[in-house]
Order: sequence, then C-alpha cells, then structure tokens
Amino acid sequence: MRTLLLKSLFARPVTIKAPGADDGGLEELGRALAARGRRLFGRSITIREVDAGSCNGCELEIHALSNSVYDVERFGLRFAASPRHADVLLVTGPVTHNMKVALERTYAATPDPKWVVAVGDCGCGCGVFEGSYAVIGAVDKVIPVDLHIRGCPPRPIDLLRGLIALIDKAAAKAS
Amino acid sequence: MTAMDANPIAVILERLEAVAFHAPWRRFDVDAQTWTAIAKSLGDGGADLLSLWGDAGAVYMALRTPPADPCVISLAVTEGGFPSVGRFHPPAIRLERTVADLYGHRPADAPDQRAWLDHGQWALRAPLGARTPAPRRDPVDYGFLAVHGHGLHQIPVGPVHAGIIEPGHFRFTANGETVARLEERLGYVHKGIDGLLTDVDLAKAARVVARVSGDSTVALNFAFACAVEAAHGISAPPRATVLRGVMAELERIANHLGDIGAVCNDAAFALIHAHCGIFRERVLAASDRAFGHRLMMDGIVPGGVAHDIAADGGTAIVAALDDIVPRFEEIVALYDDTPSLQDRTCATGFVAPDLVNRWAAGGHVGRASGRNFDSRRDLAYPPYRGLGFAVPLYTAGDVDARVRVRIDEIRASIRMVKDWLAALPDGPVLAPIPQASEAREGIAVTEAFRGDVLVWLRLTANGKVARCHVRDASWFQWPLLEAAIENNIVADFPLCNKSFNCSYSGHDL
Repeated sequence: MRTLLLKSLFARPVTIKAPGADDGGLEELGRALAARGRRLFGRSITIREVDAGSCNGCELEIHALSNSVYDVERFGLRFAASPRHADVLLVTGPVTHNMKVALERTYAATPDPKWVVAVGDCGCGCGVFEGSYAVIGAVDKVIPVDLHIRGCPPRPIDLLRGLIALIDKAAAKAS
Repeated sequence: MTAMDANPIAVILERLEAVAFHAPWRRFDVDAQTWTAIAKSLGDGGADLLSLWGDAGAVYMALRTPPADPCVISLAVTEGGFPSVGRFHPPAIRLERTVADLYGHRPADAPDQRAWLDHGQWALRAPLGARTPAPRRDPVDYGFLAVHGHGLHQIPVGPVHAGIIEPGHFRFTANGETVARLEERLGYVHKGIDGLLTDVDLAKAARVVARVSGDSTVALNFAFACAVEAAHGISAPPRATVLRGVMAELERIANHLGDIGAVCNDAAFALIHAHCGIFRERVLAASDRAFGHRLMMDGIVPGGVAHDIAADGGTAIVAALDDIVPRFEEIVALYDDTPSLQDRTCATGFVAPDLVNRWAAGGHVGRASGRNFDSRRDLAYPPYRGLGFAVPLYTAGDVDARVRVRIDEIRASIRMVKDWLAALPDGPVLAPIPQASEAREGIAVTEAFRGDVLVWLRLTANGKVARCHVRDASWFQWPLLEAAIENNIVADFPLCNKSFNCSYSGHDL
C-alpha cells in the first residue's frame, strides 16, 4: 500500500482539467457554481438524492459526480445521507405510485429553503414509461420542481451544468 | 442417453407435443396435473427454474433441464387460479405473488399469499387482468413475518436509503448487533413494465426493455434482440454479433469495477474505491467514444446493432483497457495484502451452496458458492459459442469470494474485448426483420454482470410485441441476501448488499 500511496503522491491528478474557454469545461463550471453557491449558502450545498422510480441509469451517473474525475466536492457540493441535512433534492423518476408517499415525506423532511431538481427524461417527463397504470410521471406532478436536467441518463457534466443553472435561479429568487 | 441420466422433467415432457413457432427452445401446453408433477420435480432438484410469469388466461414457466435443452411450459388458468409451484419450490413464491398481483391468477395452496408488488397504490386490482377498482391502502400496511424471542428489536430501513441507490425496504430483526432475520419488501419502483410490453411495437418494446435496469441495459437489449431473432429464425450479421459481445463485456467490466470499489468503501477502505472509480470512468468514456452512449443504452437492436462502432472506437477502448490492466492488478494486490480489509470481507455474508443451487442463483452470487453456471458458456449464444473462456468458481460463498469472482471476470472480459477488437469482421451491422405470416414466440437468456437475464416474447403476425416478459437475475438473488445476512452484524449489511448488488428496478419491473 505504501508504494501505491507514494505513487499517488507524485502522480498528476486524474481530475479533469479546465478545458478551453469556449467548450464549457468542468472546472470553469465548477468555479462559477462555487461563487454563486457561496453567496447563498456560505461555502457548500448539500444534496439528497431520491430515486422515485428510475431504472438506476441516472443513479449511476449521479454517483459518478463523486468520483475522482468529476470530484464535485471540490466545488462545495456534497451528498448527504438524510433529507434533513439537504438544501437540494435531486429526484429521478418516473415517480411510481408506490414511491409517491416516500417522496412526499422526504420533501417534507427537507428544511427550507430547499430546491428540487428533476433528473433524467423520466423525472422531467415520463420517458418510455408514459401511460403505465403504475406511474404518476414527472417529479413536478408530486412536488414543486425548480430545475429539470434532461438526458437518458444525463452525463455527469450535464448534471453539474444543471446544478449551476439552479444556483442562478436561486440567486434570482433571493435578490 | 440412458434413462438414468435423462432429466426427470424432460421425461415427463417427452410424450407431449411442442407448440409451433416457439424458438429456440420448445414450449409445451400442459394440464394442471402435469404442471403439478413438474413443480414437484423442481422441488426435488430436477431442474432450475428460469422464470415464472403470467399472461391473459395463462401462466408460464421456463425451466433449465440439463442435459436436455431448456423448455417453457404453459398452463391455462382455470377458475382464476393455477396450482402453486412455490409450495414445492420456494424460488417460485415471489414470482407467483407477482402473477397474482398483476393478473389476478391465484396460486392455489401457495405458502405465501401476501401481495408483493401491489402496495395498494394503483387504485386497481389486477391491472393486467380484471382491472377492478380498489381503494388506495396505507403503504405501510404490510404483514411482515413475526419474529419471536427475547431481546429482539427491529430496524426498519428504507424505502429511501442513505446512499445514492434505488429504493426498497429492509426490515431487520436484531439481537444486539446480530441480525436474527432480514425481511425484504420490494416493489417501490414498479413501473408496470409487463403492461408496457403488452401489445406494443418492436422499437418501443426494445426501448422499454433497455430501461428495465439501467446497469444491465446492454444485456437486456441483447436478450430482447436474441429472442426476437429466435422467433423469426434469423441471426445478426457477424460484425454485429461481435460488437454485441464488446458492449456486453464493457458493461460487465464497468459494473464489476464499480462494485469492487463500493464493497471496499463499505469497509471504509476508500483508496480502492477511488481507484476503481477512475477505472470505471475510463471504461465509460471509451464506451461513449465507441458507441455514442456511456452506458451503451439502445445500442443493441433486433437484427444487429443500432450503429457501427466509431472509426476510432476500437482504439479508444483498447487504450483505456491497456491503461487500466496494470493499475487494476496493483489494486488487486493491495486487496490481497490488506488483512484489515479481508477481516471484513472473509467469512461475511455466507451463502450455502445448497441455496444457490436451489434458487439457481446466477452470476457472482452463484459462482462464489460453487454453482458452476454461466449462460455464456452453458446456454452458449453468439459471440460466446466455442470461445473457451474460463468461468471463475469459488466455494467460500462469502463477500470475499463474490469480490474474487468479479476480479477474475474483469480479467477474462478484458481479454475477450481485446481479442474481438483485434479481429473485428467486416460487413453490415443490421439484418432486416422479416415479415411473419403467423404469431411467433422467442426466448433468450444472456449473461448480465450480475447473472443471467431472460426475455420471452410473443410476436403477432404483423410483427408487434403481443406480450414480453423480462426476468432479471435479481429475482433469484434477493431472497438469498436474506440468508446471507443472518447471524452477521448489522454493520456488515452494506458489505453483503453491495457484494450482491441486486437490481431493484429489474426486480420490481
């Protein structure tokens, strides 16, 4: 293990570097996010993820936000285990009838001020599950949604871009 | 073959005539008496239950009856019911409860008559059967099994879990720190997939099947495509077949990498998690470059693949894999050299060989407990036919063995992908789907990273999907997780759970 740690110590970081100014790079996005987030929440924004019926595709990509390549924590974004610690609910769908009550209770347990982000084509609309007896559909049919991030599933970079848009919206609301 | 080594169920079916246009394996319409005889034989270990599902007015079972080919049997429902298979063969119990919930066909004399996927939230009873209006119930209203004893307490967990994972409810009954019983309650992400796969066109059905479980999207699409092709008696072009293999193995590599890291992370060993996360990301980025989607969703379609591999796709994949291999071996060596980590994984979450064999548990769950089955080899389909790859087999049955199966599979899959890409056949990647003049049925099994997935379907004469059933590997793994955690401490549940990594969505449908 020592060799490995030593190697890591001298290795270059794997985290994505800031690409050119015009191709909307990750670090650039992250910096913008941190600046706006700081104005609102001090230094950090805490996110609680809720799967309200997804196929797990969105969860895989949300998970990727925390790996060393995207490393969202460097921007002050972190995932919490409880809605009581969260500023933002990141909800994937389609919301199933069987998850409706759990989603409502999770929303109720999140302290104000709070924002809800619907993630994925199913969370934003209903995706391929439209018309089923078992789904309610988009997240905004159950709880108010502040931002939609589409994609099936959205790429991690799209998720980050979406979170910046949310901070913009929140800042506009606050001022 | 002598009478001695013939499969008892194959012997029962020998005197029956198979229905027409069911491929590649045969389907038999049976009476209630034969159905029951087969159920008894299943309970005696005569065959593996591959799946059990409902349709309008009928129930179906798919069986693996070695040395004979697998088969499907069907029974017309009489007086709203059918003889329970679960009373002889417990792996059928949850599947039967599902048939009762969705179609209203009651399994007669079933040992467990509680609703399973129906949480009383649909305002409908038997949504794919009689569709009778029903008042909504309190979702908490569920009769968990009683546990008696001194000093026991319960820990309810979920449906919303602490991590970024799918929802489900776990009811632990513990004595101090030791788990006396875990009972699962699933069905929270039930999206009505069986209904969405009834009377629908082929392209829409393929998109729904791809989203039965996002982490196995390639394997699911693969099975769906093979089932359609079997029904029509066609095969995908050679180039498409190899590209399917590349996608399926990349999906396996990516998922296993993620899970090995996650298991170690649940033992608070974050270093391996960090490295595996980087490796996984490399594989997803290469998949994106080659096939235009990080998870390769909708990449495999009936007749072949949706798009040819990108011009520089093969190079990107090989570069990513070559980059990963030596570093992955360093991580494996680290796992081997860290007793404090193995202290958590070894002898934790033991699953007995008898259980994996009875439940016919696929994937790492089966192969870590000595069940020598891999559908790529044992129900071989292209491009795996005649490939001669090693299937890892361990007998310890613990978290460590499940991690080791995954490590070995990553190595084997990397070799496979590189070999295929080095000799990729030229030619078209999509064969036309012919027009049939009659209804046809097809079935296929493919090996997802967590085990075998099954797709059965009936196509109408005009090529629409009349009915399609998807069975994820998780169906026969979730019940074993309840056994794995017994007598372990509560704190080891995340390790056990992650070493299985069952799908909620793939199970809840």
